[in-house]
Amino acid sequence: MSVVSTDPEIVLSARGLTKEFRGFAAVSDVDLDVRRGTIHALIGPNGAGKTTCFNLLTKFLQPTRGTITYLGRDITGLPPAEIARLGVIRSFQISAVFPHMTALENVRIALQRRRGESMDFWRSDRVLRSLNGRALELLEDVGLTAFARTPAVEMSYGRKRALEIATTLALDPDMLLLDEPMAGMAHEDVDRIAELVKRISRNRTILMVEHNLSVVASLSDHITVLARGRVLAEGDYATVSKDPRVVEAYIGATHD
Amino acid sequence: MELREDVPAGSTAAIPHDDQGAGRLHMALFAVLLVLFAIAPMFFYPVFLMKVLCFALFAAAFNLLLGYGGLLSFGHAAFFGSASYISAYTAKVWGVTPEVSVILGAITAMILGVIVGSLAIRRTGIYMTMITLALAQMVYFVALQAPFTGGEDGIQSVPRRALFGVLAISPDRTFYYFVLIVVFAAVLLIYRIVHSPFGQVLKAIRENEARAISLGYRVQRYKLAVFVMSATLAGVAGATKALVFQLASLTDVYWTMSGEVVLMTLLGGMGTVFGPLVGAGLVVTLQNYFASFGAWVTIIQGVIFVIGVLLFREGIVGIIAKWIRRPL
Repeated sequence: MSVVSTDPEIVLSARGLTKEFRGFAAVSDVDLDVRRGTIHALIGPNGAGKTTCFNLLTKFLQPTRGTITYLGRDITGLPPAEIARLGVIRSFQISAVFPHMTALENVRIALQRRRGESMDFWRSDRVLRSLNGRALELLEDVGLTAFARTPAVEMSYGRKRALEIATTLALDPDMLLLDEPMAGMAHEDVDRIAELVKRISRNRTILMVEHNLSVVASLSDHITVLARGRVLAEGDYATVSKDPRVVEAYIGATHD
Repeated sequence: MELREDVPAGSTAAIPHDDQGAGRLHMALFAVLLVLFAIAPMFFYPVFLMKVLCFALFAAAFNLLLGYGGLLSFGHAAFFGSASYISAYTAKVWGVTPEVSVILGAITAMILGVIVGSLAIRRTGIYMTMITLALAQMVYFVALQAPFTGGEDGIQSVPRRALFGVLAISPDRTFYYFVLIVVFAAVLLIYRIVHSPFGQVLKAIRENEARAISLGYRVQRYKLAVFVMSATLAGVAGATKALVFQLASLTDVYWTMSGEVVLMTLLGGMGTVFGPLVGAGLVVTLQNYFASFGAWVTIIQGVIFVIGVLLFREGIVGIIAKWIRRPL
């Protein structure tokens, strides 16, 4: 096993990350270093193992081999809720909201977790109203003030994603892992969310899986290209987009 | 940031999202129910009413787990029945007062709930349900074989001693009010659990478990907590029932009892506050009035259940709530 980096600028790091499903290696031997304060993109053709990689890093899947460290601490054995409690919050490919709760309640669920009284079953939920002010501020940040009392299920796709980001920000995470934040979005929404991601990246580290290459080009500081479960290339957009192996992998994938 | 559409009108505007309004409606309904039940012994046979109350609590406790926790147990008879046996045994053999036997019954169900719950929540869906069923059958076996349960006879002629050792409440008409207070207090506690910060997290877990985990919630703890709460309250129902009928029997722990509580909850409306109470009232009434049909009762019950599920999947109260566009 390779030595884990102790560079304080590296926030999240993976070494030799491997996930095998019945002998098929979805992710094999991936090394990844995400630097503090950057937007790091994970790209690659379909089936490259991006989402699997993501699920491994947040421990929604258990790696077959390899280690993951966060701020120098080995987190390979931690369950997903504990990773979240360390300040690493992930999003999901399909929008992750609580559908039959209002936008306000969605954000409040996240605020409530930090407040630490969520086991209180003998108190009235009126105590949660003290969180409304902060929740409304967060909704305002993503332009959802008018929807505070709308159940999430009735909101448009783009707004659900915005709500998801507001909910994530409620936890004030140090690091965000965004799984295809622009997937399935209308063009106007893409710009809106891209601007939002840019804005929230201040003082935070972001790792995102994204298909939309123009978004990747404009947002990310560093790119890791995956293909067939392995790291194919790394660097900034200019570097990786010129890499012949990357071009080939992408063109090859169009035959799918 | 620009908003591309207007605030949705129609459906959203019609459903009040102000939880305060719904809360007031619920409290008013609870008050009406309490008054009705307080005067009901003037019109109905008290033992019948007490049976309705015990099953209403049993169904409400079950609904806490299924309707609000999203977990289907097919072994709730284990909690109801074990509490019934302990309540009957302690009242008869140890000679404890009614409130003590109810508490001891509830504690037994709670301990059993911790054991069954911590094993069952390791799996989800049908697998979880099967674990609860298997463990409940083991409890049934213990009830059948253990020396203190009276085997096929059960524990009969359980005395109703003085409440707190001083208040004589033995006659049915007096004992009724003891049952009414226990059941109402427990049902109100369930209402509070559902509408608490804890209840809000339960709702989030039910709606999107993966997201709740990703926000840092240790969901297994919440699932176990609601499982144990449900088991304990089912125990309160079972322990009280043993004192009502002055009997603990194998029927209380048999798997059909687990099935009956599912039926009551679904018929009344799972995930509603008043559904389990209505469902329990309906099923107990049917059993009572059709008792002369003998074995046909189960067939009639089955037909009603099938029709109910086919016609109104949300249950009786669920469908009323839909009509009046308010959560009930």
